[in-house]
Amino acid sequence: MTRRRRGAGPAAGRAGAGQADEYGAGDADGGVEPDYRFTLANERTFLAWVRTGVSLLAAAVAVRQLVPPFSVPYAREILAAVCALLAFVIAVRAYPHWRRAQSAIRRGGPLPGSRLLPLLAAVLAAVAAFTTVLVWAGGTA
Amino acid sequence: MSRPPREPGLQPERTRLAWRRTTLTQAVGALLLLHTAAEAASAPVWAAACCAALATGVTFVAGRLRRETAPPPRPAMVLTAGLTAATALLCLVPPL
Repeated sequence: MTRRRRGAGPAAGRAGAGQADEYGAGDADGGVEPDYRFTLANERTFLAWVRTGVSLLAAAVAVRQLVPPFSVPYAREILAAVCALLAFVIAVRAYPHWRRAQSAIRRGGPLPGSRLLPLLAAVLAAVAAFTTVLVWAGGTA
Repeated sequence: MSRPPREPGLQPERTRLAWRRTTLTQAVGALLLLHTAAEAASAPVWAAACCAALATGVTFVAGRLRRETAPPPRPAMVLTAGLTAATALLCLVPPL
């Protein structure tokens, strides 16, 4: 597959280093301008993390506002807080993760691993287990 | 002027759609929070709702600022994620 440069169309007219820097091209990370498809894939991954965060937030609000109270005290509050907290951590980590991946792509090095992935899986498993117990054993108040 | 050959993976289109999808998700989240705020009528919930609405606007603008094969300016990306984080933080304030 041929590697295509980003410089097609008006975007090729990138003059000063200052402008390049603003768009993350003349990065302090150095490296070379990568195949734009890698850049785009990284951008979509960033957006997917943002959407995951927003969805968790919506879940938190829905649990708190729409679900009837369980017999276990503060069960809804705990579920909502855990979801909102996870949403916060994900949203905070999304940009640094994009940046690290971008610099790895530019250097041609291995992509950085993400601790967010196991964290998300573990917390969601815990939330699912807790909810299962609540629904089956707890019942509504 | 001849058009450049179409990129086989349709990556620019997929990325543009990803921005739209994200804007839509943000909008749904903001509407849910606005609905909650209108019912709860408490300051922290209103703050969270306004923050979510702002995040929606920023995501929309960021999606417009990007070029065909390059991400939007970094401040736009930082704000997109940052305002989402701020909304999450405001949602952790007691009444919600």
